[in-house]
Amino acid sequence: MTERPPALPAGPAGTQTAGAQGKSPALTSRHMSDASRARLKKRYAAEARFRFYGVAAITLALAMLVLLIGSIAWRGAGALVETWVSFDVYVDPAVVSADDPANPQTNYRKLVYEGFYQQFTPALSRSDQRVAGSLISSGADRFLRNMVVSDPALIGTTVRLRTPAGDDIDQMRKGRIDRSLPQAERKITDRQLALYDQLVADGDIGLGFNSVLFTSTDSNEPELAGIFGALIGSLMTLGVCLVCAVPVGVAAAIYLEEFAPKNRITDFIEVNINNLAAVPSIVFGLLGLTVFLQFFGLPRSAPLVGGLVLALMTLPTVIIASRAAIKSVPPSIRDAALGLGASRLQAVFHHVLPLAMPGMLTGSIIGMAHALGETAPLLMVGMVAFITSVPSSLTDAATILPVQIYLWADRPERMFIERTSAAIMVLLLFLVVMNSAAILLRKKFERRW
Amino acid sequence: MKKTFALAALATLALAGTAEARDQIRIVGSSTVFPFSSAVAEQFGQKTSFPSPVVESTGTGGGMKLFCAGVGTEHPDLTGASRQIKKSEFADCQANGVTDIVQLRIGKDGIAFASSKSGPDLNVTRAQLFLALAKQVPVKGKLVDNPNKNWSDIDRGLPDEEIEVLGPPPTSGTRDAWVELVMTEGCKELDYFKSHSTDVCGAMREDGAFIEAGENDNLIVQKLEANPVAFGIFGFSFLDQNSDKLQGARIEGVAPTFDTITDGSYEASRPLFLYVKKAHVGVIPGISEYLSELTSENALGDYGYLVEKGLIPLPPEDRDTLRAAATALTPFSM
Repeated sequence: MTERPPALPAGPAGTQTAGAQGKSPALTSRHMSDASRARLKKRYAAEARFRFYGVAAITLALAMLVLLIGSIAWRGAGALVETWVSFDVYVDPAVVSADDPANPQTNYRKLVYEGFYQQFTPALSRSDQRVAGSLISSGADRFLRNMVVSDPALIGTTVRLRTPAGDDIDQMRKGRIDRSLPQAERKITDRQLALYDQLVADGDIGLGFNSVLFTSTDSNEPELAGIFGALIGSLMTLGVCLVCAVPVGVAAAIYLEEFAPKNRITDFIEVNINNLAAVPSIVFGLLGLTVFLQFFGLPRSAPLVGGLVLALMTLPTVIIASRAAIKSVPPSIRDAALGLGASRLQAVFHHVLPLAMPGMLTGSIIGMAHALGETAPLLMVGMVAFITSVPSSLTDAATILPVQIYLWADRPERMFIERTSAAIMVLLLFLVVMNSAAILLRKKFERRW
Repeated sequence: MKKTFALAALATLALAGTAEARDQIRIVGSSTVFPFSSAVAEQFGQKTSFPSPVVESTGTGGGMKLFCAGVGTEHPDLTGASRQIKKSEFADCQANGVTDIVQLRIGKDGIAFASSKSGPDLNVTRAQLFLALAKQVPVKGKLVDNPNKNWSDIDRGLPDEEIEVLGPPPTSGTRDAWVELVMTEGCKELDYFKSHSTDVCGAMREDGAFIEAGENDNLIVQKLEANPVAFGIFGFSFLDQNSDKLQGARIEGVAPTFDTITDGSYEASRPLFLYVKKAHVGVIPGISEYLSELTSENALGDYGYLVEKGLIPLPPEDRDTLRAAATALTPFSM
């Protein structure tokens, strides 16, 4: 660096002299010198290094994502299938009344177990009946009840009942409980194994699609637990959130961007909206608890309250995204509209808004996707609850998907682990669909200036 | 226009919601009682024509706060607790007009101190557990920061392995119970505390030997599998469900099993309670029917479905007393 070749001119004055003489060897030598090559190499190396860091960062991020999704899929894939047991049950007219098969006092349980014990030859002893009973789900009677209630003609006939196996049997069937361990170290006794093998030999037990997961609500028995109730709750909550947050957010953005005077008050409002977007979500939950539950007296655990709380939370996101979208519409559009005699309102609604719409939609969808995955604020308004009925109105008690995941993750039964992962997969699927919709809308309608 | 309509519809619905009386039982309270109260809720919803109760897991303290907030449909009817109601909570209840509270002792729960099957087989006393886990321990008549690194530092008979224990955070009822049943009891056995205040006994060490692993017991179970020398503190039902992977350490020579918790020889066990707001019985439909389902032999008898869920049943004569209490609903006082 310090040893410059003698031919190199000292500065611009020197270059000028060289140029004036009609020759350019000095210029050439400046860029062709060894020192210069070294410098050049260093600069290229810096760029290569930077690219490498970038690639490394992306690779790391992708690896984390693959690890996350991979581990969820690995655990959750098992929950797409479930172990089912099929056997004949005689629907005794002495037990089930033809007039009122849905009567909660009807002892379907007795019919199920009597039918199931008949499955085994030789006939089971009393103690073996207890053991055999644990092979099928303790909610097997619900399946028979549903069959009979939907088709009362079955009363007095023998039906083939298909019911989930008990959770431990299912986990063993899927290899998550090792049957080669000594009896004391596993949840399943040798006697249970012997009866299970008998069912396998008769072809009465096997894996099948887990329809329970998608059609039933929460339960204490993992083999009977499903996400249907939570899914409906999520849709209701998100619906309320959408109806409240988007119109209000868009209207606020239009007013602030197009009509509001620029003064201290609007500056103050802008700062506060940005602040609200960064407030931890649990704070919105506390706000919802005091305002909606305690002051307005709305019911606890209702999708209505959950949706309102989430609307408060997504409102700043919607306003900020909508304002950015409106800001990106060039002033020439407004000027042309106004120049042709349109009013301010017409210029905004006929010309600016359609062009800003893709950006607003994207912002709203991302806000909604954020709301879909939120649990903390709902804890405060009582939506973290065990609910076995599907909500039918906005004021019914309901829970939502992420809350269902949270509740299942805390359960001791091992089968809930794969149930949890399966529910996460469904939630992720919804998020992916919503975010892809946002990208597609942007790609389809976006105009660049 | 459409939006105005939608908002108006929403407002109407909101008003309709408040005017409507509640026909569902609402239960709050301890996360330890939650699996049991929700299992009964599920059965109750199946067997009767009443709608299924809504069960929230709020923790014992959070449940008491909601329960004691007042009488009326916006307040819960029952709350589960993994300890008895505190004097302050009881006073809070009285102040808010919740005067008649019925206490039901529904069963027991054990707290396991367990490790991976491949870990050391530990047999400890409560005093040794105190010396391993307390923030400050007495050494030569003075209270100093806990110097014990390995189990063998406490007693030569214990394994020469690092002390590493995963446990619940202070907000958890399991932690409260652990401190009360093990730490405080263990500390009373030491000579130093015979002449000094036992107020410091509840403090757990914060130097890394005791790790707060969050409320999720499943997470602790997974961490124990990965680290054979570590121990975990969690509810007995998680040990029971993972009996192929975990072993419970013996405390005072007794291993945590169904039988030792039932007969009370395993020291780290605690009673579970359900509190009933008497003013709601008869107003909210189904409360007495829920209680009779809960106290039936089918639920908490020796082979009941709650026992399958990990509840340690009461002895038969106590179950009779419980059933009588659930029918008579005599308010209790402190």
